Amino acid sequence: MKNFRTQNGGRNATALDRTNLISSQTFSEQANSPSLSFPARLNRWRRRNATLLLMALPAVLLLFVFAYLPMIGIVVAFKDYRAAKGIFDSDWIGFKNFEFLFGSGDALKIIFNTLFLNALFIVTMTIAALGIAILMNEIREHSKWLTNFYQSALLLPHFISYVIVSYFVFAFLNSDNGMVNHVITAAGGEPVSWYTSPQYWPTILTSVNLWKHAGFNSIIYLSGILAINPDYYEAARIDGANKWQQIKGITLPLLTPLVIITTLLAIGRIFYADFGLFFQVPRDNSLLYSTTDVIDTYVFRALRVTGDVGQAAAAGFFQAVVGFLLVLAANWAVRRVDKEKSLF
Amino acid sequence: MLKNVSLTLPQNYQHRATIGKILVHLLLLAFSIVALIPFVMLLAGSFSSENAIATKGYSLLPQDASFQAYQFILADPAQIFNSYFITITVTLGGGSGGLLVMSLLAYALSRKDFALHKLLAFYVFFTMLFNGGLVPWYILITQYLHLKDNILALILPTMVVPWFVLLLRTYFSGLPSELIEAAKIDGAGEWRIFFKVVVPLSTPALATVGLFLVLNYWNDWWLALLFIDDKKLVPLQYLLYTIQSNIDALSTDPNLVSGGPIPAITVRLAMAVLAIGPIIFAFLFAQKYFVRGVTLGGVKE
Repeated sequence: MKNFRTQNGGRNATALDRTNLISSQTFSEQANSPSLSFPARLNRWRRRNATLLLMALPAVLLLFVFAYLPMIGIVVAFKDYRAAKGIFDSDWIGFKNFEFLFGSGDALKIIFNTLFLNALFIVTMTIAALGIAILMNEIREHSKWLTNFYQSALLLPHFISYVIVSYFVFAFLNSDNGMVNHVITAAGGEPVSWYTSPQYWPTILTSVNLWKHAGFNSIIYLSGILAINPDYYEAARIDGANKWQQIKGITLPLLTPLVIITTLLAIGRIFYADFGLFFQVPRDNSLLYSTTDVIDTYVFRALRVTGDVGQAAAAGFFQAVVGFLLVLAANWAVRRVDKEKSLF
Repeated sequence: MLKNVSLTLPQNYQHRATIGKILVHLLLLAFSIVALIPFVMLLAGSFSSENAIATKGYSLLPQDASFQAYQFILADPAQIFNSYFITITVTLGGGSGGLLVMSLLAYALSRKDFALHKLLAFYVFFTMLFNGGLVPWYILITQYLHLKDNILALILPTMVVPWFVLLLRTYFSGLPSELIEAAKIDGAGEWRIFFKVVVPLSTPALATVGLFLVLNYWNDWWLALLFIDDKKLVPLQYLLYTIQSNIDALSTDPNLVSGGPIPAITVRLAMAVLAIGPIIFAFLFAQKYFVRGVTLGGVKE
C-alpha cells in the first residue's frame, strides 16, 4: 500500500483530491490489469491485499477449524463410527443410524418437544417483550432514574449462567425446602413434587425463559418504538386520543413489521433448543424427559452418556439440514416483508 | 408527577394520565421485583445457617444469620481458588484474543478495496446458517485436535463469533473512509491504520463486543462439560454445576470434606454468590454498552 505515496507524491493536490485520485486510479488499474503479465498482476494483488489477508487469517483459520471442518465431518451420520478408525475410515452404513433414530420413537418425542416448546417461547416472549417495551416507553421521559432501575433489574437475569438459574429454580421448587411448596403448605394445600411431575415443566420452562430473556428482548422493541416519528403521537393527542388509543392505533401497527421479522427469524431457529435451559434447569432428570427432552439434550446424551454416536450424529444431521432449510425459508419470508431487514 | 402533563388539558384527563402512569410504574416495579427476587433469596440463603434453611426453607432475609458457609469455603479454598484462576485465565485469554482476531478480520472485511472482502464476509456469514452439529465438532476436538483436558478447549472453540465479526464490520464500515485514505497517504501501513486510527475511533463497538465475550467466557460451563475431566482445569461455573450433585467436588482432598458434616445447601448458595458477584459489578458498570450492543447495526452492509 505504500506505493500510493510514491505514485501520488509528486502531484500537488489537497488531501481530498488525492483520495479521489487514488480511488479512480485503483479503478483504472483494475480495469487495465488483463494487459499486464501474470507475475506482475500477482505482485500488485499481493501488495494490495497481503497485509489485509494476514490480518483476517487468524479468525479465518479458527472458523475453518471449528466451523468448516465439522461440516465435512457431518458424513459421520452415515457411518458406523468407531473411534479407533476415525470419521473417514469408519464404514459407510447408509441410513441405518436414521432408521434406528426414527424407529425408536425418541425422534418424534424430541422433535415434538423442541417445536412445541420453542413455539410456546416465541409467542410468550413476543407478548412479554413487546409489553415491557410499551410500558417502558410510557414512563421513559417521566423518570429517568426509575426507568434505568427497571431496565437494569429486567436485564440482569440475561447475564447469569444457566447453572445459577438452575440453583434459583431449585430453591423455588425442591420438595424438601423449596419456597413454592412452603407457600402451598402454608396456604393449606398439598405440596407438589415438581422434579418428578413432567406435566408442569412446559409452564416452568416457559416462565424461566421469560424471566431470563424478556428484559433483554424488550430492548429491540423499545428501540423500534423510539424510531417512530413523535409527530404521529402529537397529532393523535391533538385529536384527543388517549394513551391506549395511541398504542393501539400507532405503536402496535408501526411495530408490526419488526414483530413479524423477529418472529420469522425465531422460526428459522425453531429446531435449535437452548441447551442450557433444557439441560440445567430440569437438572437432566430422566423422570422429566417426556416434556423436557429436546433435540440438543438428546444429542448430547447420546454422544456423552449412552455412547450412541450414530444416533446422536443422525439427530444432529437432521437438525442441521432442516434448520438450514428453515432459515432459508424464514429469510425468504422476511424479504417479502421488508427487504432491508432480511439476513441476505 | 404532574409537571409533564400539559396544563391546557382538562382536569379529569390529567387525573387519568397520572393514574395511568402510576399503574405503569407499579407494573414495572412488580416485574423488577420478580426479576430480582431470586438474587435476594440466594444472597439471604448464603448468610443463613444450614439448619434454618433445612427446617424453614428459603426466604428473603438471612435466617439465623451466619457466616458458616463462607467460613467452610475459606477453610479449604484450594479448589475454589484454582477454579477462579482457570475462569479468569480463560476469560482474559479468550476475551482479549477473540476481540483481537475478530476485529482484525472485521477490519479487513470493512475495506471495500480488499479483494476478498465479499468472499470472506460470506465465509463468516455462512457459519451462522449451517453447522456440522455437535458430533463431528466433538470428535474433531477430542480425537483429531486432542484438546481434551487442555485449557485451550475452553478458549478456542468459541473464540470467533460470526455475529460479532459482522457487527464490528458494520461499525468499521461506518467510519469515514477519508481518515483511512489520509493515513495511507501519510505512509501508514495497514497495521498502523488499524491500531492508531480504527481502534481508537471504535471504542463503543469494541467495548460492547468485548463485554459480551467476557460474559460468554465467564459463564461458560458447556465447554468444560464436554472437554474437561481434570479437576485442575475445572472453571467456576462447571464447579458450581458439579457440586449440585456432589458437594465433595469442592475440595481437592476428598478425605478432608467427607470427615465432617458439610453445610451443603448454604455452601452451594455461597459458591453461587461468589460466582455471580463479579458479573453484577461488570453489569452495573457496563449496562449502557449492552443496551447499545443489541441495537447496534445488523449483518448487512
